[in-house]
Amino acid sequence: MGKTVIKKMLFVLSKATLENAYAAFIMANGARMEGIEAEIFFTFFGLEAIQTKKLNKLSVATVGNPAMHIPTMVGGLPGMEGFATKMMKKEMDKLDMPPVDEFLEILSASGVKLWACKLAVDMFHLSEKDLIEDLDGILTIGDFYNRADQEGTQLLFI
Amino acid sequence: MEAVLAGNKVNLTEDGYLVDFSQWTKEIGTEIAKQEGIEMTDRHWEVIKWIQEQVKADNALSVRGIKKSGVLDIKEFYALFPGGPLKISTKIAGVPKPKSCI
Repeated sequence: MGKTVIKKMLFVLSKATLENAYAAFIMANGARMEGIEAEIFFTFFGLEAIQTKKLNKLSVATVGNPAMHIPTMVGGLPGMEGFATKMMKKEMDKLDMPPVDEFLEILSASGVKLWACKLAVDMFHLSEKDLIEDLDGILTIGDFYNRADQEGTQLLFI
Repeated sequence: MEAVLAGNKVNLTEDGYLVDFSQWTKEIGTEIAKQEGIEMTDRHWEVIKWIQEQVKADNALSVRGIKKSGVLDIKEFYALFPGGPLKISTKIAGVPKPKSCI
């Protein structure tokens, strides 16, 4: 088995649905487990995943999500989002998937760099005190591109 | 496939994992570690022993499991076995490659 040619994975998380946040987290963690460097740039709604007060309240999207297999009108009824989220969290727990706060701790301890997007932080009137302690800093998109500093770097928008 | 590690004939999977744990010895573990660029210390062996116990007890291995282990934290795990800690430590321990995505 040859060594992987991917050396570094850069993720941009722009959405705050549970399924998107977990996609970024699992892929970043999986990269580290394979000896690949990984960093996540949280922008726009993705910032909810690193706001201390909001991160454990992320929900599954029940509207505009055909894979939910429920009619859009039903998905929009009060309580549906909470119900679907509860069901999904139960399934994830069965697979020993950590909740968002613990997952962020694991990522940080595993060497995944966690960055907040400066423009989005300004736009939502946030400051560092609203964000998780493990955050590595607030960057402009230019700063983030500069982190693609080696051959074999891949960038993924989630 | 067959290979010779530390003077012993062993059966390995395509990725270099021992097929049969009963063939494992500390010397074989040391040899595999060397191939991965790791010089084994007492601390390394403590972790390897813990991993072997987990596999024996049929507990699935994961990074989250390391965090809860009380034996070591994730940072130390990455420091001891750089470049894919779970993959490399299980190889040294002579146990199957973990299938977990987390």
